[in-house]
Amino acid sequence: MKTVFSRPQALTNKPLHYCPGCGHGIIHRLVAEVIDELGIREKTIGTCPVGCAVVANEYFNVDMQQAAHGRSPAVATGIKRVLPDRVVFTYQGDGDLASIGMTEVVHAAARGELITTIFVNNAIYGMTGGQMAPTSLLGQFTTTTPYGRKKELQGSPIRVAEMLATLEGAVYIARMSVHNATHVMRTKRAIKRAFETQLEGKGYSLVEILSTCPTNWGLSPVEATKWLADNMIPYYPLGEIKVAAAVEGIN
Amino acid sequence: MVEMIMHVELCKGCGLCQATCPQDLLSTSDQVNSKGFYPVVLLDKAKCTGCALCARMCPDLVIEIHKQTA
Ligand SMILES: Cc1ncc(C[n+]2csc(CCOP(=O)(O)OP(=O)(O)O)c2C)c(N)n1
Ligand code: SF4
Ligand code: SF4
Repeated sequence: MKTVFSRPQALTNKPLHYCPGCGHGIIHRLVAEVIDELGIREKTIGTCPVGCAVVANEYFNVDMQQAAHGRSPAVATGIKRVLPDRVVFTYQGDGDLASIGMTEVVHAAARGELITTIFVNNAIYGMTGGQMAPTSLLGQFTTTTPYGRKKELQGSPIRVAEMLATLEGAVYIARMSVHNATHVMRTKRAIKRAFETQLEGKGYSLVEILSTCPTNWGLSPVEATKWLADNMIPYYPLGEIKVAAAVEGIN
Repeated sequence: MVEMIMHVELCKGCGLCQATCPQDLLSTSDQVNSKGFYPVVLLDKAKCTGCALCARMCPDLVIEIHKQTA
């Protein structure tokens, strides 16, 4: 018997607490599969965000450090500078990274810190019950935009990947999605390239991943994948947004 | 031959695997698991090609797939 698919070693055996159909579970697994494939489980350190993934330390079978809301890139900077032989990643939602923690991620990227960010963009604050995030779409109904997000009132959604790509220190920036199996596999390749960018000491890397929050979007999990494809992808184009010359040779 | 192991106690009945299966081989059980969800069932074992697309979409690591090599 050849194993085609099984739980990666970089995940513990704990059942995930996420809502049915939540993209966090898929993304956790992809990060873990990449850690396994690169053989770096014993030298990887991750940071947990504040948000639904706050207890990701229970799930990733590597060392993890909880950071204050949005401060993961600063905490990861410290860990990486003290332990430069480790592979350090931050796992952050769009409230964590693009609201309260926008400063930290911008400066970590600008400094070209040798860390990797897994940025889960589900266009809403999941944990706190569905408030607007900086990434919520125009017209999107949330508990804080009950009439839909309006440009005149709340401004336009922030395209984090493109914005960070303008910084010299950011050398690999991609935006992927987990709404179907093909894109799940593409997302994994991008995560691997981002980790390899760090392993080769090239600079800061980030993969933004469009994900679902069926609960707070008020949709079934399958409807949520369709909503993502129809509404998020047109505003948030997928692909490798920046591959600096130094990274081109990798994979 | 494909062997599919379903960890049904982990299943949350989200339906993402069912929507993904190119052969439309997955359905929902009529018995709840201990979490209270109706878990996934494989309808026709013989028709499964072992492509693992369902497993890739599953957020809860319910599906494990092995293939006979010889
Ligand atoms: C300093 C501080 N401010 C606000 C909060 C409340 N809070 C908890 S999670 C969260 C946002 C989570 O959203 P996101 O980062 O998108 O993650 P998700 O839950 O959607 O995965 C907020 C505002 C907090 N815990 N701490
Ligand atoms: S609230 Fe949304 S992001 Fe949080 S676990 Fe549920 S579906 Fe996932
Ligand atoms: S995708 Fe996973 S959790 Fe969802 S119904 Fe299928 S087996 Fe169950």
